[in-house]
Amino acid sequence: MTPPVALVTALAPDPAGVVAAARIVAAPDGRGGTALPVLEGGGPFALRRVGGRGAEARVALVGAMSAPLGGDRLTLDARVEAGAALAFSTTAATIALPGRTGAPATYDTRIDVADGAALRWLPEPLISAHGSDVRTTTRVALGAGARLLLREEQVLGRAGEPPGRLRSRLTIHHAGRPLFDQELNYGPGAPGWDGGAVLGGHRAVGQLVVVHPAFEERPMAARPLGATAAVTPLAGPAVVVSAVARDALELRKVLDSWASELNDVIRAF
Amino acid sequence: MSTMSAALLVLADGRFPAGGHAHSGGAEAAVKAGRVTDGASLEAFCRGRLHTAGLTAAGLAAATAAGIDPLAVDAAADARTPSPALRAAARRLGRQLMRAARAAWPSPELDALAAALPRGAHQPVVLGLVARAAGLGPLAVAHAAAYEAVSGPATAVVRLLSLDPFEATAVLARLAPELDAVASAAADAAGAALVEGLDALPAPAAPLLDITAEQHAAWPVRLFAT
Repeated sequence: MTPPVALVTALAPDPAGVVAAARIVAAPDGRGGTALPVLEGGGPFALRRVGGRGAEARVALVGAMSAPLGGDRLTLDARVEAGAALAFSTTAATIALPGRTGAPATYDTRIDVADGAALRWLPEPLISAHGSDVRTTTRVALGAGARLLLREEQVLGRAGEPPGRLRSRLTIHHAGRPLFDQELNYGPGAPGWDGGAVLGGHRAVGQLVVVHPAFEERPMAARPLGATAAVTPLAGPAVVVSAVARDALELRKVLDSWASELNDVIRAF
Repeated sequence: MSTMSAALLVLADGRFPAGGHAHSGGAEAAVKAGRVTDGASLEAFCRGRLHTAGLTAAGLAAATAAGIDPLAVDAAADARTPSPALRAAARRLGRQLMRAARAAWPSPELDALAAALPRGAHQPVVLGLVARAAGLGPLAVAHAAAYEAVSGPATAVVRLLSLDPFEATAVLARLAPELDAVASAAADAAGAALVEGLDALPAPAAPLLDITAEQHAAWPVRLFAT
């Protein structure tokens, strides 16, 4: 896993916060591969095409400055058109930091994967630094035959510090129906977040969501993975691996081992 | 349609024969893992459960009570319940509540839902329809759902840890203002969902409740169903 890097801000941030947007569109290139007719981002978003693998185009978000800071409003839109395949990653962890005004930062991601398109969305973790307040939303709309692998990891506090406030909602619709909807809410001001029902002292939490049409006919069985993780099939063609862990490394180990196991399952379809 | 109604007391009574007593709401797994050991850790557990699973259930119940299509709310409940063990438990509880409620407050809406989902709808969806049949509004049923989210674990822990029942009741009493706040938030969200659609309903989740539900379901011997 890439170590988190807080890059230095080149310009003093506007006290009201940065407003920035990035957009990715992936479409078939007509030669069996995937083109990126739109790849644009401003402010903290620098998007780079980083080669590809077979039909898949790969895009990396390169951290251009520390973000989100309190008060920032960031939006990221990605669309994968029918027949295209996209992989998205970030070069470093995203660190939520306190802003000058105490206003929360927002980070909204909208993802659209058409029927017959594939997306692997594998960003590095979001780290909630002490004193920060960030609200993220990720809304994914999947066509009936769309394939998705999505990883989401949250780390509460940098090493040895208490966390900031983190609210994160992930909503996935499949063929127009709700498939997965979950809000996580941690840190000061989130009642009971560290009690035995929610995190019980763990500081890293994450999940891997896999949507594949073949799960419709051949759903995976639910299965506990030790005391702090589980594989759970959703009420739809999807499976979620959820885990809590002491830290980011331990969390990634669990999710990575399942990513490779799930890849084997999917290849066997 | 006021909040205060004797019908609410009947519905929220722990002796209402809807099967809730067989469920610990994740408390049995938390006790086994050493995460609930006394009154203080029970309170932290219940507070977390109230603001996650409790708020989610209260929102679903309030939305159904507000008149949103119960089948659509049931699909929203599925999306908010990643654990198959908890989806199965919610449908079983929904079926049991349906049986008791059709005797207590017969209604064509209950009959229609029972016919559409013979294996059971999610319990909060049934609860919302029962509220309509009993003349209760979204805020009242949100109170019932929020209360259930903590009263189940609190009573279960009395049995699991031989905790002083006075202490368990004191936990519930201390949580009462937060129960009111969660119920209001759920009712407000139900109002928003009438206009904006069901994504406006809250979806707060508790990772440990979801993860440990699958482990608990695999235990060969257990005192509670969840």
